[in-house]
Amino acid sequence: MIKKSASEMADALANGETTSVALTQAHLDRIAEVDKDVHAFLYVDTEGALAQAALADKKRAAGEKLSPLAGIPLALKDVMVQKGIPTTCGSKMLEGWRPPYDSTVVSKLRAADVVILGKTNMDEFAMGSSTENSAYGPTHNPWDLSRIPGGSGGGSSASLAAFEAPLAIGTDTGGSIRQPAAVTGTVGVKPTYGGVSRYGLVAFSSSLDQAGPCGRTVLDTALLHETIAGHDPKDSTSINAPVPAIVAAAKNGNVKGLKIGVIKELQGEGYQTGVLNRFNESLELLAGLGAEIVEVSCSYFEYALAAYYLIAPSECSSNLARFDAMRYGIRVGDASGVSAEEVMNLTREVGFGREVKRRIILGTYALSSGYYDAYYGSAQKVRTLIKQDFDNAFTKADVLVSPTAPTTAFKIGEKADDPIAMYLNDIATIPVNMAGICGMSLPSGLADEDNLPAGFQIMAPAMKDDRLYNVGAALETALLSKWGAPILSHVSGLGARA
Amino acid sequence: MSLKYEDVIEKYEPVLGLEVHVELGTASKMFCGCNTIFGAEPNTQTCPVCLGLPGALPVVNEKAIEYTIMIGLALNCSIAPFSRFARKNYFYPDMPKNFQTSQYDEPICVNGFLDVEIDTDEGIKKFRVEIERVHMEEDTGKSLHMGGATGRIHGADYSLLDYNRAGIPLVEIVTKIVPGTGKYAPEVARAYVAELRDILRSLNVSDVKMEQGSLRCDANVSLRLIGSDVLGTRSETKNVNSLRSVERAVRGEMIRHAELLNKGERVVQETRHFQEDTGLTRSGRSKEQAEDYRYFPEPDLVPIVPDATWIETLRAALPEKPSTHRKRLQEAWAVPDKEMASMINADVLEIVEETVNLGADPTKARGWWLGEIARIANEKEVAATDLPITPKDVAEIVALVATGALTDKLARQVIEAVIAGEGRPSEVIEKRGIKVVSDDGALMVAIEKAISAQPDVAEKVRGGNVPAAGALIGAVMKETKGQADAAKVRELLLKHLGQ
Amino acid sequence: MAGISRDDVANLARLARIDMAPAELDHLASELGVILNAVARVQEVAGQDVPPTSHPLPLQNVYRKDEVIQSLTPEAALSAAPASEGQRFKVPKILGEEA
Repeated sequence: MIKKSASEMADALANGETTSVALTQAHLDRIAEVDKDVHAFLYVDTEGALAQAALADKKRAAGEKLSPLAGIPLALKDVMVQKGIPTTCGSKMLEGWRPPYDSTVVSKLRAADVVILGKTNMDEFAMGSSTENSAYGPTHNPWDLSRIPGGSGGGSSASLAAFEAPLAIGTDTGGSIRQPAAVTGTVGVKPTYGGVSRYGLVAFSSSLDQAGPCGRTVLDTALLHETIAGHDPKDSTSINAPVPAIVAAAKNGNVKGLKIGVIKELQGEGYQTGVLNRFNESLELLAGLGAEIVEVSCSYFEYALAAYYLIAPSECSSNLARFDAMRYGIRVGDASGVSAEEVMNLTREVGFGREVKRRIILGTYALSSGYYDAYYGSAQKVRTLIKQDFDNAFTKADVLVSPTAPTTAFKIGEKADDPIAMYLNDIATIPVNMAGICGMSLPSGLADEDNLPAGFQIMAPAMKDDRLYNVGAALETALLSKWGAPILSHVSGLGARA
Repeated sequence: MSLKYEDVIEKYEPVLGLEVHVELGTASKMFCGCNTIFGAEPNTQTCPVCLGLPGALPVVNEKAIEYTIMIGLALNCSIAPFSRFARKNYFYPDMPKNFQTSQYDEPICVNGFLDVEIDTDEGIKKFRVEIERVHMEEDTGKSLHMGGATGRIHGADYSLLDYNRAGIPLVEIVTKIVPGTGKYAPEVARAYVAELRDILRSLNVSDVKMEQGSLRCDANVSLRLIGSDVLGTRSETKNVNSLRSVERAVRGEMIRHAELLNKGERVVQETRHFQEDTGLTRSGRSKEQAEDYRYFPEPDLVPIVPDATWIETLRAALPEKPSTHRKRLQEAWAVPDKEMASMINADVLEIVEETVNLGADPTKARGWWLGEIARIANEKEVAATDLPITPKDVAEIVALVATGALTDKLARQVIEAVIAGEGRPSEVIEKRGIKVVSDDGALMVAIEKAISAQPDVAEKVRGGNVPAAGALIGAVMKETKGQADAAKVRELLLKHLGQ
Repeated sequence: MAGISRDDVANLARLARIDMAPAELDHLASELGVILNAVARVQEVAGQDVPPTSHPLPLQNVYRKDEVIQSLTPEAALSAAPASEGQRFKVPKILGEEA
């Protein structure tokens, strides 16, 4: 049952083959079985999940009209606030914190009777590309437990690949949904900025953060996207327009006559050969389905990584200032005679990990008087140039594509001491966040060198998220045909238990 | 202070700068829907947004924008076609996010002015105070410092935070530097704040109570040698909680700066705190190691682009300017400038107007507020408007005197009693049994009693010495416990004695 | 080479209220030097005539009505407080002045 897609599970619930309680229990059992090796979860809400499942079953039995994903279990990235449930953001700073309110995403999931199984592991405060920056230990890629699952949302994607949940919520600031999706062989979407409410999403970089859906199939991801998207009056940056017809697009999957633009600058040197091979094969498949492949150039993309690593740290240095041991979170060093300032200093030194501290200091520098124009100010200008590049490219193509990440999953520890090498994982995903448009990653196959998943990234203009699903669905069907079975049937990291 | 003010202004001229913070009287906070009631139980008006909880996001209160635009228009500012919020980053426990959502280089209103008039020995002087900007920001929580001797932050063992006030909309009004006030700097500063307060009140955007903190003034003062254009170092004085304090603080700082400069010492650029009891300022945080606020545009909020039609609608709906209003009253009441100025200085103009609106004769109303009531206020060292006597009370008293039910003397008694808390005028009159004795019969009884007690005085009066009657009248007043109508007594007495 | 000294880092750590040990300061200074060098290239293309983007979407004038909605109960507000007293958040003695 746990190997099914969410959509298949929904059918099974609808025609009485199973109950939500049984489904939920099956997933809880799976978590108990494999999570000691995968470590996707930081908190499993057994009681809460079963109660939600029971409620969903009760409503179904009473003949109430239910949402498409009612009763389906889901894993929630621990950066999303959930009332009464430990929310740590992968940080020691918030160890044990139980929020007194729900994020809008959680409210929508509860209203749709989706069953939230628990909170998933992540790089601390969403900063990282490997989930190695979690204060609670890394998550292990189900494909190969010695490898990273990507980051910052490694827990969410790993939980899908390990069949611990059929659906997950992630957040994406520079690629944190898409890159983990790529290296775990799952689907992940960063919606258009403003498409999903950020109310209750613990902020890392406010002008880049976006919560998004993750699943094992394009259709599952579409169903989840429609469930969580929409205008939220509590989020001033949320789009006040109807959600595009995403599920319809996912069921459509027709690329005839569509122009697909390959971004010249997002391939070639630095990209693993096997990743490029799978990418090119996917292009051929799409061409075979009637799409027109064109090449586009986005010359300012080479500055995207640099601009990102100025804007994101700057915003985070401000967003994380609130963690000062005064109102919530851990408090360190409080003793007779010690001042509030000293307690703040000590708590922040101990509560934050290396990467977070590094980015806070970098951001503080980039915003400081005398340096603002050269760093933060300049980065904001590069953003304009990147947006222009995209606008230009979208006059020549309906969607743009690239490999999601330059490599497959690397070994845990391999890049941990080289920040720049780590940052390069996001080189293809970052431009999307900078411009505020939407992007999807879906599996394009296994790389020749290591038999590990590679991801295919689709990008669409702001508010045209449906295009991602249309092209994604078409490619997925074609690939499935080619492979004969879903890619995840090859997951071997969990041995015979898989 | 050894230096006299006259000595200071002989050598130096002051340059002023005033920053006024106004708490807007909106129903809910700047960025969230929490209530804004003053004095509520601690932490009962907070939410994830104003507590700065992880994940919370701000949403702008439309009314706050409206009020700010109105303030800008009333101050003759231009309303920026495009303005934005910015984050001002610094750490302090009363600021939940450790940044204040404020405005930096894109404020909503710029370049205005406010004309003020002050009454001097050399006549009425006018000054134009130019306004640099009016912008929006949010207020902080309130700290109670515990364990120290004075309740102040120095020497405290720990502090207690209440975030009810955090997030209440604040408007900051910043003047350009104000040169050319000369010896009148303290008065100009006070008049500016007073006029600003009156405008804000007339706009109904704030209850502008300095004592409650809904109007706060920081005064910046520097001195330069007369004739020089080299500006001196300025100091900023906070904790100025009344109009009188504004004046005292500016004067005090001018003297303090002059004393330092005369000794060849340097004025330190710093924040100082005004001490109500001494009228002096105490050194606070040194501004020389200024914190770098690392301002950047607030990413959680979108720009404000006020619709031109909306602005014009607000402009058209602006109420009469207080200065125009005052001129109108002055004409209607036929009051000379000096008296007008007295009322304004004593801050009783509004309350006099209210009294007149309740039917009292303007001259009488003025007379009581500026006379007896002001006298008692001075004695108690409070403002006349703080006393527990209302325009309704005074209007009642004026009416009673007009009908002859009270004499001026009795009216004074009633006023004192009302202020002492004995009740409203009618209650006081009843309780104390105050009534004018004008019944001829009753008066005659008292008169005859007085005459028989002082026959020699009566003889003098009969003999044509009218002034001598005073003693007899006095006796009658005493006999009637002051309740006799003195004029009537005189009339009857003289008639009786053949005068 | 955009260098950043250990003193610079110490100053930044002070601004950011993080109590860093000297070894950490040194390590960070060298790491940040490398990163700053890499990111400084944004200046190459950030010409005068390029307007900065602070919001990816052209939204403006997003407001809420001035209506009171229910607050958190004081218990909920204080639920995660490291220390509290008399329904207020209890914090250690504050050295700096209020701004």
